[in-house]
Amino acid sequence: MKITIPVENNQETVCFSFGRSPYFLIHDTESNTNEFKANPAVNAEGGAGIKAAQFVLDTGAEALITMRCGQNAADVFKAAGMKIYKAISANAQENLKALSEGKLEELASFHAGFHGRA
Amino acid sequence: MIIAILSGKGGTGKTFVSVNLVAATENAVYLDCDVEEPNGRLFLKPQQLVSAPVTVLLPTIDRDKCNGCRQCVEFCRFNALAFVRDNPMIFAEICHSCGGCALVCPEQAISEIPREVGKVEKGVSGGVHIVTGILNVGEPSAVPVIKQVLNGNQPEKPLTVVDCPPGSSCSVIESVSQADYCLLVAEPTAFGLHNLKMVRHLVQLLQKPCGIIINKADGEYPPLEQFCAETNTPILLRIPYDKHIAERTAAGEIIVREDHLMKEVFLGLLGRIENEAKR
Repeated sequence: MKITIPVENNQETVCFSFGRSPYFLIHDTESNTNEFKANPAVNAEGGAGIKAAQFVLDTGAEALITMRCGQNAADVFKAAGMKIYKAISANAQENLKALSEGKLEELASFHAGFHGRA
Repeated sequence: MIIAILSGKGGTGKTFVSVNLVAATENAVYLDCDVEEPNGRLFLKPQQLVSAPVTVLLPTIDRDKCNGCRQCVEFCRFNALAFVRDNPMIFAEICHSCGGCALVCPEQAISEIPREVGKVEKGVSGGVHIVTGILNVGEPSAVPVIKQVLNGNQPEKPLTVVDCPPGSSCSVIESVSQADYCLLVAEPTAFGLHNLKMVRHLVQLLQKPCGIIINKADGEYPPLEQFCAETNTPILLRIPYDKHIAERTAAGEIIVREDHLMKEVFLGLLGRIENEAKR
């Protein structure tokens, strides 16, 4: 299974934003490998969450670990049956370990979009 | 002549100035473009109301025709479309109604249907023609409603006053688009000056002539005076922080309709604006 985490430029720290994180860590649990993909939505004019969610789904990821997630991205993930877990550490690898140990809870609340707000 | 009333900061007195200007002339068009909270109607109390819906076009996708090529998803610069598990998804609040997705679809699977985002009300109060834009609660973009307020075939009047939204964002830019002159209403406070600077910069970028009204003027605030002097922005009027004006306004009354002196003040303001706009 592939698990994804939004990460900062150092590719270690979990990014606070999902839609505008610079990179996504894609962890493959079968091969135990990590891959980093640049987020094409990082500078989107609007709808960054939707574009980032589409990108993450297209990588084949089936689970997401994140600090927070917007409603629009959550709608895309819901339609895809993606699992969304709440990060408990600022370190990406520690979150992967916690997930494998069954210690992560599913993210329960999603924030509204910032689009179009004056 | 079209005068736009702006402020930057909210609550400085845009609507107060706007309704008093139109009421002083008794022969004007009042356009309320502050469509998230259009309050001019509370003072002008328009009669013979006629209402029309404001709609935007929203794409709808025929799933039988969609072949999953994703050209619409790739095209949309606002990312209002996604394609998940063989199904297209549309995010209505993000869509800017450009129609591009329907154009690029090779299967003609996308058509556009109207979606209501607000309404425009027209009415009269004495010699004043009143147009009020009303945005539905929760809608993120005010621009479609503002466009319909501005382009609504108003009767010919010597004066049109545009009561703008606060701030300096897209909705303000749209509201001042047709203005001959911008009147900036400011409070003599640090917060008031900060936001005045932003909106002053905006009208400069838009190459509109502008002047300032200092409202609730309870003494001189030197940084504001200095800013006006440095930017060569004329201070056209100072409205005192007056308890009687506040009480009558809070009661929903228009002060120039009951106070002859204030009527002269606002007519004098209009004269100054006409002179300034000619320069």
